[in-house]
Amino acid sequence: MSKPDPQETGIHSVEHLLAHALAMEVEAVERYESLADQMETHNNRDVAVLFRKLAEIEKLHVDNVNDISEGHTLPHIAPWEYSWEAPESPEAPSVSAEGLHYMMHPYHAIAMALEAERRGVDFYDRLVAQSEREDIRKLAAELCETEREHVTLLEGWLARFQPPPKGWNEDPDPPLLQG
Amino acid sequence: MEATSTCPSYSARDYKSEVKPVWCPGCGDYSVLGSITKALAELSIPPESVALVSGIGCSSRLPAYTNVFGFHGVHGRALPIATGIKVSRPELTVIASGGDGDGFSIGGNHFMHACRRNVDMTYIVMDNEVYGMTKGQASPTTAPDWEKSKLTPQGTGINPFHPLVIALAAGANFIARGFSGDQNGTAQLITEAIRHPGFSFVQLLSPCVTFRPEQRDWKDMVHPAAVDPTDDPARAARRLMTDDGFNVGVLYRGSRKPFQPERQASVDSVADLEKEFVL
Repeated sequence: MSKPDPQETGIHSVEHLLAHALAMEVEAVERYESLADQMETHNNRDVAVLFRKLAEIEKLHVDNVNDISEGHTLPHIAPWEYSWEAPESPEAPSVSAEGLHYMMHPYHAIAMALEAERRGVDFYDRLVAQSEREDIRKLAAELCETEREHVTLLEGWLARFQPPPKGWNEDPDPPLLQG
Repeated sequence: MEATSTCPSYSARDYKSEVKPVWCPGCGDYSVLGSITKALAELSIPPESVALVSGIGCSSRLPAYTNVFGFHGVHGRALPIATGIKVSRPELTVIASGGDGDGFSIGGNHFMHACRRNVDMTYIVMDNEVYGMTKGQASPTTAPDWEKSKLTPQGTGINPFHPLVIALAAGANFIARGFSGDQNGTAQLITEAIRHPGFSFVQLLSPCVTFRPEQRDWKDMVHPAAVDPTDDPARAARRLMTDDGFNVGVLYRGSRKPFQPERQASVDSVADLEKEFVL
């Protein structure tokens, strides 16, 4: 997939950028909350707590974007009209991630989150590099800095875990939906 | 001063219930739930103006996870129930949903006739080519050489059902295919399907990561259809002859008038009903 040009795909004002930033953070919160619920349902408590914590961190990012947005009128953008590089917003952990499994380890959860945060950094970096407007570049750089801090935090967390051994997801009695 | 927004009246979250899904993590159906709620939010349809009807199976649990009117019905019978709702309450937005086993095997005959009847509603099938709720048996859309089920250790040896071909031949008025991994693109397809008059059919490739883990690769296999949608059934049929099963997008937009029978006068009393009986 070729990279969209921010000038052509809608991020042509601070308000458009803020709408993207807000959608990105809100989707990340909702995805982490959903993942935490899923892990609780499947009794994977450690990973559930971790996803819940990640949702809390993303909520702080939502608050940050809301603070910056004060006094601005943000445009409505249909979900499929955002200028993301991929089908989903960059910071939402991928629903297609290899490690996403009811028997996943904290290692997988942190790796998923790290990948998502790095996509967020790339998104803003690209705007900083490509936007012709100074106000957009400045705001993108500011938002990018928050994401970089999150990447550093997650890199530190990931370093504390070993990758799980091969066969971590083997289950001789896979789920039967009930209840 | 607070930030203001030009957002629609509802958010996707407004259509979700407090019931937490019990699907396996990684299941494509989570994304489909997200796509449906995003589509309804974009359309700004009040939750009380939507009826979501399903059959039986993992994906058929969908109504419980929304707060629109829901009916988690009988295996394979989502379409007749949805049809009844729409013809008696035409002001409602009616969506039927389910899986490939529910829709194409147990409910296969209803599928054909719902396409033919062309009542104004949307049918969303989450196709994972397996019966997942019963732990992994071949479904109508399973490839003939899939050997992982204990019931068919040498594969079924039977050509799979092609839902888009059947939908087109039977007269569906809108036909599309999407991929659950593209939640936003799927929301767009569903939005268009709901808006389009008549019977809209959307096949959604929705991986079962537990019993068909190889379907995680679908994210690298789906691709946008190389040609634009058509309103010509013959052209759509020719396109399906070369379909690899992973083209996503709108295939066909028809213009057939939806079927909506005249509403009969309401019954005033039980005595009125009894007059219709001979004895």
